[in-house]
Amino acid sequence: MVTIKKSLQLLTAALFALMPLVSSAETPVVSAHDSLQTVTTETAHEVHAEGQHAEETDKEFVHNFTQHHLMDDHFYSFYADKEAHRHYGFALPVILIDNGLKVFMSSEDFVYNGKVVEKDGQHYKYHHGKIYKTNAEGDLKLDEHHHPTVEKPFDASITKNVAGLLLATILLFLGFTALARTYKSSPNNLPKGLGRALEPLVIYVRDEMARPNIGDKKYKKYMPYLLSVFFLIFLLNLLGLTPLGLNVTGNISVTVCLAIFTFLYVNFSGNADYWKHIFWMPGVPVPMKIVLMPIEILGMFTKPFSLLIRLFANITAGHSVVMGLIAVAFLMKETLSTPGAVGVSFLLTTFLTVLEILVAFLQAFIFTMLSSLFIGSAVQEHDHH
Amino acid sequence: MTIPGLVGAGLIVIGAGIGLGKIGGSAMDAIARQPEAAGKIQTAMIIIGALLEGLAFGALILGK
Repeated sequence: MVTIKKSLQLLTAALFALMPLVSSAETPVVSAHDSLQTVTTETAHEVHAEGQHAEETDKEFVHNFTQHHLMDDHFYSFYADKEAHRHYGFALPVILIDNGLKVFMSSEDFVYNGKVVEKDGQHYKYHHGKIYKTNAEGDLKLDEHHHPTVEKPFDASITKNVAGLLLATILLFLGFTALARTYKSSPNNLPKGLGRALEPLVIYVRDEMARPNIGDKKYKKYMPYLLSVFFLIFLLNLLGLTPLGLNVTGNISVTVCLAIFTFLYVNFSGNADYWKHIFWMPGVPVPMKIVLMPIEILGMFTKPFSLLIRLFANITAGHSVVMGLIAVAFLMKETLSTPGAVGVSFLLTTFLTVLEILVAFLQAFIFTMLSSLFIGSAVQEHDHH
Repeated sequence: MTIPGLVGAGLIVIGAGIGLGKIGGSAMDAIARQPEAAGKIQTAMIIIGALLEGLAFGALILGK
């Protein structure tokens, strides 16, 4: 435990030491005269194109802010100054696959102010969450619907969500290696520190989900997956409630990926009985078997689909409502006076955040529970009457 | 959201509310009858509730 504590401190220190390096990796200083020209004309163009960008009402601001929070981002912004048009946070690496690997750090100007970045003779521009390949002037060749028509390179960047996933992975790795080390030294040892909080959850997943649903004989094989998915979703949900501003499980790509894993686990562990019940349902007349086959095949896909939609929708809804309640403090300022609005907003947000902690656990529980239920239905031995 | 969309969302929520109410009510009855089985009943209740919720959310997202 001592080593873990030390390495954690070291990691935190290294992270804080490196942060300013990263954030100043691409300073907003514009050296060449012509690129300055480009930036200013681009910004002017953006403002002109969006019309009421300058006179954005509070309501629109809240809406845009919430939408922005729910989406993935190439810049980790903790705090944005609306008046100064400044975003405070740290830059994340952009990795593009476009005739070889192109790696550069994103910057505030690149993501928010429409700056064109040049890398190995190629020019890249950021436009509404996507990176486009352009010429030196950053011309996106917008069509009549304001959609860019220029080429889009394959984007494998470390975005905010990827950074969140990596953070969660590191935290889980540290927590569980500490727990594993206690058991290694002596199987009956009581875990210390974080491990003591994790042990009951591990036992809970084993005794409440895996064992009753999969069966005493086969549950062991699926424990690693169920534990990983449970703790990953739980930790990411909880990280989403911290001021870090992460929204990883509220991103549909992440939940799709998790659901695909469950789908593969269920179908690759399915025994002959499972497939028989899908393609040729025993115990019903032949016409009925033919009718049931497409329904059962559809059922294979709807199970993971409902898993992914549930997790995504719950977390997205939770985050939007929390954001909306925080916005009450700004929107009701005139009607309730500043202390009143802040008080109402604070009380409602506190109440909802407590509720969200329950939801964070419940969603992790439901995902794992249903995964084990589906796996259980695929590996079960049926008694034939 | 358009007006038909909002009406549809309202209908979905009404349906989900009736469903959740039935599940919760029956679970309460069952727990009152057999307090020793409360844990098992709760687990089953949450699973059915989650399935229902998945359906309702699916409809809301597809209808958006």
